[in-house]
Amino acid sequence: MIQNSQPALDRSDERVRHDETLSGALKGFLDRIRSGDLGTLPVVVGLIVISAVFTYLNPVFIAPDNIVNMLFDCATVGVISLGIVCVLMLGEIDLSVGSMSGFASAIVGVLWVNHGWPIAAAIAVAICAGAVCGGIYALLFNRLGMPSFIASLSGLLAILGMQLYILGPTGSINLPYTSPFVMFGQILIMPGWCAYILAVLPGAVMVLTGMSTRTRRLAANLSARPLTAVLLRAGLMTIGLVLAVYYLSLGRGVPWMFGMFVGFVVVMNYALTRTKWGRSMTAIGGNREAARRAGINVRLIYTSAFVLCSTLAALGGILSCARLASSSQQAGTGDVNLNAIAAAVIGGTSLFGGRGSAWSALLGIIVIQAISNGLTLLNLPSSLRYMITGGVLAIAVIVDSLARRSRASHGRA
Amino acid sequence: MTNTDATSQDPGTRPAHAPILSLRGISKSFGAVSALTDIELDIHPGEVVALVGDNGAGKSTLVKILAGVHQPTAGTIEFDGKEVSIASPGAALGLGIATVFQDLALCENLDVVANLFLGHELSALRLDEVSMEVKAWTLLRELAARIPSVREPIASLSGGQRQTVAIARSLLLSPKIIMLDEPTAALGVAQTAEVLNLIERVRDRGLGVIMISHNMEDVRAVADRVVVLRLGRNNGIFTPDASNQELVAAITGATENAVSRRRDRKAAQHSAVEEIAL
Repeated sequence: MIQNSQPALDRSDERVRHDETLSGALKGFLDRIRSGDLGTLPVVVGLIVISAVFTYLNPVFIAPDNIVNMLFDCATVGVISLGIVCVLMLGEIDLSVGSMSGFASAIVGVLWVNHGWPIAAAIAVAICAGAVCGGIYALLFNRLGMPSFIASLSGLLAILGMQLYILGPTGSINLPYTSPFVMFGQILIMPGWCAYILAVLPGAVMVLTGMSTRTRRLAANLSARPLTAVLLRAGLMTIGLVLAVYYLSLGRGVPWMFGMFVGFVVVMNYALTRTKWGRSMTAIGGNREAARRAGINVRLIYTSAFVLCSTLAALGGILSCARLASSSQQAGTGDVNLNAIAAAVIGGTSLFGGRGSAWSALLGIIVIQAISNGLTLLNLPSSLRYMITGGVLAIAVIVDSLARRSRASHGRA
Repeated sequence: MTNTDATSQDPGTRPAHAPILSLRGISKSFGAVSALTDIELDIHPGEVVALVGDNGAGKSTLVKILAGVHQPTAGTIEFDGKEVSIASPGAALGLGIATVFQDLALCENLDVVANLFLGHELSALRLDEVSMEVKAWTLLRELAARIPSVREPIASLSGGQRQTVAIARSLLLSPKIIMLDEPTAALGVAQTAEVLNLIERVRDRGLGVIMISHNMEDVRAVADRVVVLRLGRNNGIFTPDASNQELVAAITGATENAVSRRRDRKAAQHSAVEEIAL
């Protein structure tokens, strides 16, 4: 299959075992797991266990409409979590995302409903507020050396104060139910044909890029992944997605808001893995000084991450006020902060920097929402819900630290 | 020297003619402390200059000035015949001065290709992994480096392999001068030999090499000139065949020093043992 005249450039060292065939690929996968390079495995296993337990306790859990509701809820906090992934990649943190989302929803409510601004302008102001807030954190971090933990902790209080201030004594603003904005957050569903096209698209793209990469690698005398492996992966993924869309269509269907969230995840994933910016992010998370000496503008990258995180937090707040059809003093308080951070960590983004993926926001938030939704269906009091969510977060962080130690001893950083 | 080829014999690249880099009267003080005073140094293309000196002699400060990490307090730097100021690590790289730091400065969570191209990736908005991988292999082949796979994270490589990656990275931007800070400090016997071979190959490509080392054996093995610093000042330039005694004297500043006293004492013990045996 591969030209045999001379060994491929990356196949000339006889010390390396090469996983050419499908069984080889499987073997490589098992090796990676054993060395602690767990990737998304724990979260997928966790999700299956959680779904099985809750379905056993209350079959409503697995009903299509319940899942559709869950996906609406996922999108709001998930977008916030996507921003958290950015700062965690650098080994930093933003604890004020909850407050920021609440503040953004308050801005939209006050400007749109109370002051009669066009909705688009209100949203733009809220998003700018997020960007400015991230810019301030970046300034404090880069110029004054303030740890992001402390900067964002004080931001948490300050922004909450601003939210209460602009909401004024009434404390709660109801948004008009019939507006497209609230309908987007509550009922807008993709038409079936559109959902199916979007379900088939990723597999098609995977096959096309896989084949063009393969051609280029072979042309450059590098080894390439066997075509069967590419087709198998794309096939399995397409089948999974089509089945998911079919199952959801038994209920209301796929929410546009969730589709938008997945779109953000895909874009972020591309940015983190296939652009120079993403490479710089990973490098700084791994070894900041090395990145600086390699000529990377470290301050600019930190600024971009903080700004992106706060902006996405503001966007998450805007989506959640559409979802709740209200801007209130409670928006963004309680467990929003913790859920957003927990989702990123549960999904497999390391708290120690340098490891993570945009997909972790998606997977993590589905786990968090499944737990909270399941516990709600069981009519458990919020006291128990907090304890259980806290326990799940603790387990996720323990898995992260243990896997990190195992990677270190297997030489995989 | 095993790999001497035609280029190193070419009179155009022989040392002795126009230096690629020359320092005149470089001084650097940190507050009241003068780390460097009136340093003069010339580097020619195709030449390995070893920079030796005791701890605190100012070697690393000098390297950091050339790498753009520190700015000199006084003096001029001429690069390629033009006076330059090196304001940042980026400026040094831009001029063609590459540095391999003692701690290597690699990102352990990234693979070899990503580390080689860090900060200089091909096509920023759609990373060209195939071209980068091919170029990485070509570069490593040229250096006869033994890296089994360029898609493994740096964390899985040995010390010598990491050193090789760090040196290969410094060559990526086709620099005119490469500076190595203690390139063999943490290495075993075989790895040290590999790195010394690597330095010779780099020299044979016509680059100027500045090497800092405490190991006189390594210095003698590859250096064309040995520049001794002592307490932040020039303290003599030697050829590699200078005796150990001369070098140590220049490094420590006296013929009567801890090293010579130790040697004399050992010699005395040795002859005493021989006398008893007789």
